[in-house]
Amino acid sequence: MATVADTTTVRRVRRRPSVGRIAAWAVMAAIVLVTLLPFYWILRTALSTNTALAARPGDVLPVGLTTGGFERALGLQSAEEAIAQGGSGGGLRFWRYLLNSVVVSTLITVCQVFFSAMAAYAFARLRWRGREKVFGLFLAGLMVPAIFTLLPNFVLIKQLGLVDTLVGVALPTMFMTPFAVFFLRQFFMNVPREVEEAALLDGAGRIRVFFRVMLPMASTPVLTLGLLTYITAWNDYFWPLMVSYSDSSRVLTVALAIFRAQTPQSGYDWSGLMAATLIAALPMLVLFACFARRIVSSISFTGIK
Amino acid sequence: MTIASSSPPSLPLRGAEEAQTGPGPRRAAGHEERGDGRLAAVFLAPALLGFVVFLLWPTLRGVYLSFTRFNLLTPARWVGLDNYVRMVNDPIFWDSMGVTVVYVAVNIGVQTVSALAIAVLMQRLTQSAVLRGIVLTPYLMSNVVAGIVWLWILDTQLGVGNEIVAGLGFDRVPFLADETWAIPTIALINVWRHVGYTALLLFAGLMAIPNDMYEAAKVDGAGEARMFRRITMPLLRPVLAVVLIMTVIGSFQVFDTVAVTTAGGPANATNVLQFYIYGTAFGRFQFGYASAMSVALLVVLSAVTVLQYRLTRAGRSDLG
Repeated sequence: MATVADTTTVRRVRRRPSVGRIAAWAVMAAIVLVTLLPFYWILRTALSTNTALAARPGDVLPVGLTTGGFERALGLQSAEEAIAQGGSGGGLRFWRYLLNSVVVSTLITVCQVFFSAMAAYAFARLRWRGREKVFGLFLAGLMVPAIFTLLPNFVLIKQLGLVDTLVGVALPTMFMTPFAVFFLRQFFMNVPREVEEAALLDGAGRIRVFFRVMLPMASTPVLTLGLLTYITAWNDYFWPLMVSYSDSSRVLTVALAIFRAQTPQSGYDWSGLMAATLIAALPMLVLFACFARRIVSSISFTGIK
Repeated sequence: MTIASSSPPSLPLRGAEEAQTGPGPRRAAGHEERGDGRLAAVFLAPALLGFVVFLLWPTLRGVYLSFTRFNLLTPARWVGLDNYVRMVNDPIFWDSMGVTVVYVAVNIGVQTVSALAIAVLMQRLTQSAVLRGIVLTPYLMSNVVAGIVWLWILDTQLGVGNEIVAGLGFDRVPFLADETWAIPTIALINVWRHVGYTALLLFAGLMAIPNDMYEAAKVDGAGEARMFRRITMPLLRPVLAVVLIMTVIGSFQVFDTVAVTTAGGPANATNVLQFYIYGTAFGRFQFGYASAMSVALLVVLSAVTVLQYRLTRAGRSDLG
């Protein structure tokens, strides 16, 4: 009893707010504010009219409350209407770009994770000549900055006639990344051999074992990797900018940058731009809301690169 | 390693044993006697195809193209070292390299210090998971989104950032339209997006430090500052070194934020290397010269990696 009391006293002494602690909390609060306020500011601006924004730039609440910005971003307004409200008249065919982004990101994520898992299994569990050498080559691939391969890859995609197609946007990262292979190999190597051997003794083939035993066991790392891959694919701008020229393959990041570049003569359509930004960011925010815990914990995985 | 925790009850040693055995002499593993060459080929085929076609081949081709004149329309023509000679004599290239280095210095300097502060606060002050989620939120946004939002907040006339500056009694700052301010501003915008991510990487490293060490130090009367210097920093150093190498490499590749906010301007003040390379390739269709500059960037990145690794002695931890 006495010891319990002692430890609580110790705890309390430690927890007594000191100047340092208060300062630390203040710093933390400031960090949270700086992190989150821009998100509020997007919403506040998106719900304002451009004329009111010019008159009262510092108001905390939306000024001249309207959904006009969203209507312009979604292309729901007529050109005249849009220009009257400070838009460029050029809309953002949001649904088209959303669909493109979903198709590209899903294609990349599903294929990359699946193919990488197969390769990882071959590296971790199958025995074949040259295994360590090939794996070493994959590891060396980690050293090549992604950006270095973009130009030659563009030349290749162009030669394949896949410029301005969704497949062309997805193709270079669809098969594997060295990181994905490395990451999953690490997991497969830690699965106890007995699990696999039991299935093999039951007469299942290696392929069946992979699909029925190993993959299901790896569902957690696969989901982790999938989330990270999806976020990266969704947010990518440079590569899609290179290979897509028209609506047929344009993804949200590129569309948003173009919407920003369509500056009307009178100045930016900030309200429409912020509405478009919010819409473009929304899918990731929803994903984050659903998988926050997993995404946060998955970040530490990427450190093992 | 954290991965072990996500696996079902396992014997961690198994993996290590397995790795050591390698392909070498066949082990007596019953039905595995004859190796799995054919099966391995099937399992490996898609990834290997992707690796060769979209990573290995482009890397070699990128180096090859740097020795050619190539405009996409006619076949590449070998010109030897012409592109490199031109690069060395190109003032815009050197200017661009300088801009990039300044960007990296500001970006990595501010980001590392802030990330370390956030990570330590998350370790010593509160280990709230909500907080970890909050600091990571900007990372979920694309660089394009981050760039546009800050372009608006920092707008000279209408941006709320400048409203605050003016409210404090200073002159309005044309953050992204001024030659002096533009690069530090872009560097800080990217800190905003990436600092939470970096902090979480460091936080993962901090969680590996046994809490007993802090408790013991406290009993000895050490304060937080002292514990930070004597425990946190020495033990975090290997992780910090790896994170630094990762973030510096990423930082050198800055493109998106520049493209969206300033497009290299004003007067080339934000013409970072990757932006210049992009313009050279897609604006002037000089793919050979653009490739040569990419190779230069690759060399710089490799050198930075080796140097940093040496300087920070990443391989060794203080307490072995």
